[in-house]
Amino acid sequence: MTLILIAEQILNGIQFGFMLFLMAAGLTLIFGVMGLINLAHGSLYMVGAFAAAAAAAATGSFLVAVAAAIAAAAMAGVIVELAVIRRLYVRDHLEQVLATFALILIFSEGTRWIFGSFPLFLDIPSYLSGPVSLPGGIQYPLYRLVLILVGLLVAVGLWLFISRTRIGIQIRAGENDREMIAALGVDIGSLYTFVFALGAALAGLAGALVGAIQSVQIGMGEPILILAFVVIVIGGIGSIRGALIGSLLVGLTDTLGGIFLPELFKLLVAPDVATSTGSALASMSIYVLMAGVLIWRPTGLFGARA
Amino acid sequence: MISEKALNAILMSLLFCVPLWAWVSDEPFTITLATRAVIFALAAVGLNVALGLGGLVSLGHAVFFGIGGYAMGILAFHAQTYSPLMEWPFTISGTKLMPVIWLMAILFSGAAAFIIGLLSLRTTGVYFIMITLAFGQMFFFFAISWPAYGGEDGLSIYIRNSFPGMNTLDPIQFFGICFAILSLVLWLNVRLVKSPFGLALNAARQSSERVEAVGLDPFRLRLIALVISGMICGLAGALFADLNRFVSPTMFSWQMSGELIVFIVLGGLGRTFGPVAGATLFVVLEHALGGIGEYFLFFLGLLLLVVVLFARGGLYGIITGRADR
Repeated sequence: MTLILIAEQILNGIQFGFMLFLMAAGLTLIFGVMGLINLAHGSLYMVGAFAAAAAAAATGSFLVAVAAAIAAAAMAGVIVELAVIRRLYVRDHLEQVLATFALILIFSEGTRWIFGSFPLFLDIPSYLSGPVSLPGGIQYPLYRLVLILVGLLVAVGLWLFISRTRIGIQIRAGENDREMIAALGVDIGSLYTFVFALGAALAGLAGALVGAIQSVQIGMGEPILILAFVVIVIGGIGSIRGALIGSLLVGLTDTLGGIFLPELFKLLVAPDVATSTGSALASMSIYVLMAGVLIWRPTGLFGARA
Repeated sequence: MISEKALNAILMSLLFCVPLWAWVSDEPFTITLATRAVIFALAAVGLNVALGLGGLVSLGHAVFFGIGGYAMGILAFHAQTYSPLMEWPFTISGTKLMPVIWLMAILFSGAAAFIIGLLSLRTTGVYFIMITLAFGQMFFFFAISWPAYGGEDGLSIYIRNSFPGMNTLDPIQFFGICFAILSLVLWLNVRLVKSPFGLALNAARQSSERVEAVGLDPFRLRLIALVISGMICGLAGALFADLNRFVSPTMFSWQMSGELIVFIVLGGLGRTFGPVAGATLFVVLEHALGGIGEYFLFFLGLLLLVVVLFARGGLYGIITGRADR
């Protein structure tokens, strides 16, 4: 248990946190603006990963693959919004949960139909592979460092977009009072479609980026979707800032807990018991974190309303 | 168009007579399918106490289903390996007796529902959905990473547990046990809906503030509803584990929680017998579509989407011609 290992794990946690942020930002935006709970957000992540794997196999270019992922996920988002989601804004949460649960089934089985059941692989391009030396003698994979950078750029870009642009103002206004901005002449329907597509594009981007370090397979979206839910519950639903803080908290807790809890238990009990107890508790640690935050603040760290 | 009461009677007699017919014509697989439908129905009836009556959209009821399953798995595992469950402070050995297993399943799932309820009922709406989902994942990952009882591989029980005076290995007798439990729980459920507690809970779903204004505590009402609901799901989980003679972490999976909601909505939200109709329809579809292709879930998704968007009363709404809840 050296200092270098700890630093590496902290970087891993931050990298994981930023990927969670790409998912959570879309989810929290969609909930904040349209009041929609979207279980199918993980399916858009999967669509992005599959599109990236298919495009990379066809062209061999990683950048084309990432672009294809963003485009495919955004397109799937637009189609789903126009066909289904649009009808759900006025419905209650139960119906939103069910309809988007149905969408997960359709997306997963539809993808299985097209691509088969076997996982696909997306390779890290040669110019992004290999380790880099960081100050303090840390060897860290370049690709993961790039993921952190991309996440950071998206966070800053999203913040500028929401706070500085005209559409950003409309989105914030839509969160507060949708009737009023409709009365002021903003086409609320296309604004909703745009927000949904933006969230979908971010999910697709995350799918492509993570797809290169994990395998691209059916059902890959749901575990990260549920973590993203934990993130926005911790951060407060509707808050982008909350999503960022929550993502980093969850990413760090999950990564560090998995490494250090078993080690910590080894100080107390026999090694084999420690490994099993520690890893069992580590897998629960983010939910304990969530429960703790909720006891302290039932609407999350930055949440205004329930 | 027939009345809801007539449909209830038709549904229950179909669910009872089809296995009987299968028993006479010696088709044990049909009996097993019917038992599966009955157990799913029982779990969905349990969820319906929280969801239909209490308005609590829980996406984590697989927790209670899974706890029931593992209660059976752990007790029967210790009985079949002749190892004590615990030795300190006093020795507890495993058991193969169904009534004891059921009692444990009910106790532990009720206790879990109480603790989860204390935490999650502090929130409402979409927060509640996500928190129950997160608790479900917590148990799921715990079951996967806890190696003592099979971890990810689950736990096989070689011989079905016993019930005094019955041969549970005979499919029709095991079906009879499950059907009797379902009928009893449905009867209790009808009583519950009409009881002062049921009425207050229903009122709390419609207007929390008014219930508070007349001096009732909505939090307590919902907590009690969640505990009752969890207990029924736990019992269903124990029966489900006995049907398969196998428990695995998939009983805790969030898809399981989603399917429980699907049963209720396919059948018809807000109907006491709706979950029974939905679970039966699900098992029939699963069997029928599973035969022609492996894309059953794709069609289930489409069907569900159509029901949610266009036929909000579910099966009961379509047949009785009234879409109200």
